[in-house]
Amino acid sequence: MMSTATLTETITTTKPARARRPHLPGEKPFGVLRISALVVLIVLAVGWLLPFLWAIATAFKTETDAASGDPSWIGASGPTIEAFTAILSQGNVYTWAFNSLWTSIAVTLITLTISALAAYAFSRLDFTGRKWLFVAIIASIVVPPQVLIIPLFYEMLAFNMIDTYWGLILPQVVAPAMVFILKRFFDAIPIELEDAARVDGASRLRIFWSIVLPLSRPILASVAIFVFIGAWNNFLWPFLVINDTTLMTLPVGLQTVISAYGVQYAQVMAQAVLAALPLIIVFIIFQKQIVKGVATSGFGGQ
Amino acid sequence: MTTATDSTRTIVTGSKAAIPIRRAGSRNREQLISWAFLAPFLLAFVLFLAWPIVHGIILSFTDQSLTGAGGSFIGFANYAEALTDPKMWQSMGNTVWFTLLSTVPLVVIALLMAALVDRGIPGQWLWRLSFFMPYLLASTVISQIWVWIFNPQIGAANNILEFFGLEPLAWLQNPDTNMLSIVIATVWWTVGFNFLLYLAAMQNIPPQQYEAASLDGAGPWRQFWSITLPQLGPATVLILILQILASLKLFDQAYQMLGGVASDTTRSIVQYIYEAGFVSYRFGYSAAISYVFFALIVIIGVAQALITRRRKESQL
Repeated sequence: MMSTATLTETITTTKPARARRPHLPGEKPFGVLRISALVVLIVLAVGWLLPFLWAIATAFKTETDAASGDPSWIGASGPTIEAFTAILSQGNVYTWAFNSLWTSIAVTLITLTISALAAYAFSRLDFTGRKWLFVAIIASIVVPPQVLIIPLFYEMLAFNMIDTYWGLILPQVVAPAMVFILKRFFDAIPIELEDAARVDGASRLRIFWSIVLPLSRPILASVAIFVFIGAWNNFLWPFLVINDTTLMTLPVGLQTVISAYGVQYAQVMAQAVLAALPLIIVFIIFQKQIVKGVATSGFGGQ
Repeated sequence: MTTATDSTRTIVTGSKAAIPIRRAGSRNREQLISWAFLAPFLLAFVLFLAWPIVHGIILSFTDQSLTGAGGSFIGFANYAEALTDPKMWQSMGNTVWFTLLSTVPLVVIALLMAALVDRGIPGQWLWRLSFFMPYLLASTVISQIWVWIFNPQIGAANNILEFFGLEPLAWLQNPDTNMLSIVIATVWWTVGFNFLLYLAAMQNIPPQQYEAASLDGAGPWRQFWSITLPQLGPATVLILILQILASLKLFDQAYQMLGGVASDTTRSIVQYIYEAGFVSYRFGYSAAISYVFFALIVIIGVAQALITRRRKESQL
């Protein structure tokens, strides 16, 4: 925890972001070193984009071209969108995408609400047992969710929540690391801002809602992005708790049809590309916030 | 008549007891408000984290089955079985092997990427997108893409080997190479996360330090070795620990890339927990393996804390 705390501190307390320097001081803009750095960077970027571009290329081939083993980017019969139309004509993909979207939003909203309320109490209120309760919550960060699948599944059986949205959502909303991140942020907000409101007789909830939350927008966005990506991509828990095809999320649903398609590679790739698209678009639009969010909440992702 | 000197809280009453009572009342009120703020999180915390931890321990001492049968107390039998179960040790070995194989490239490549991007070469947006984009993909999607690339007959991976005049491999279908294939896919998938953490750490280094070094005649290499790298110490410790913990939890991609088929050379400890609980229906035994795995994680956590403390002390 120590190193974790130190790094978060260095990241979150950075005052203004360092102005982007065009190049290292003392370096010639077109020096040998700079050119070779650029070459290595391009090689790495191409290497990292290639698998995904290859999946896109395959998705635009006919099944025969895809299965021919011909390593060209465009199939012999020319590009086609038949794999996409085949995928989209099956209703399940829409259902799964919808389930993924709304359950991920629900997980994010609930996590954010309950974590922010708890973090505020730890940061600003005085109550018996505050210290040990906080220590217990922080200590629980080390428990990997994978360790709890058996007792959690057992509990969901008892609650009759197997094959329900609630069974899918609720076990994902406990995020002790997020309470920790939010508390640290709240701690840094000057208390004088709240004192003024208290003298005017504002209630704690009102102060929380109209003073603390608006000041915390950047950190709330970071946490929200982080929780959302985690929920959107979560595989193990949805895979265990949902068996009903109509309730599945995208990752779990797509996995069930791999075998059903057999060797229809173009369709499998079209499906992979479609499933990847929403988050890639979101990333392109919100790149700055996501990059910052990952750097800030990074250590909560374990 | 009592007059409190505190200007904002001047309370004038006829009774001396009035002030303490009032204070106790406002303190009780604060207690009440605190618990109201905490209640939603605590409820979820107890239901979905604290109680499952306790209940898992209880289950690990029983022969509970998924079907509802069993459930009687059998002492340490599950733990005794786990510690003598060759499959448990095999999956533990696979997990540690995967962790070693994946952690080194995931840290080194991330550092290289961040060091290059931090040089301020134009196209920041594109570099970040290229390196981080795979991290946004679900395990299902990356598994499908890599199963296709690793196809022994028509996959792109063998095309590349052929191009370099090498023998084609069976990749995921050969027990000698399936773990390596999973490592390659995992490095591609998750390196972007470490890359962003490194980049953030590098951008926290004050530019004045580089300027000063430059005035002293230090070139870019020199600046990287004597300014950038030494200051990445804490970030590296953190990234290393997070990566080890993440790698130890291997399941999603390994399970899906092999199409749910258990392979003795790739079965991870989490996969064995899953198989014991949801394929063999042995909840009690599965819970026991979970806690053996958890013990491993705690040991690593304690080791990390000790290392960090020693680092801190040596810095003082």
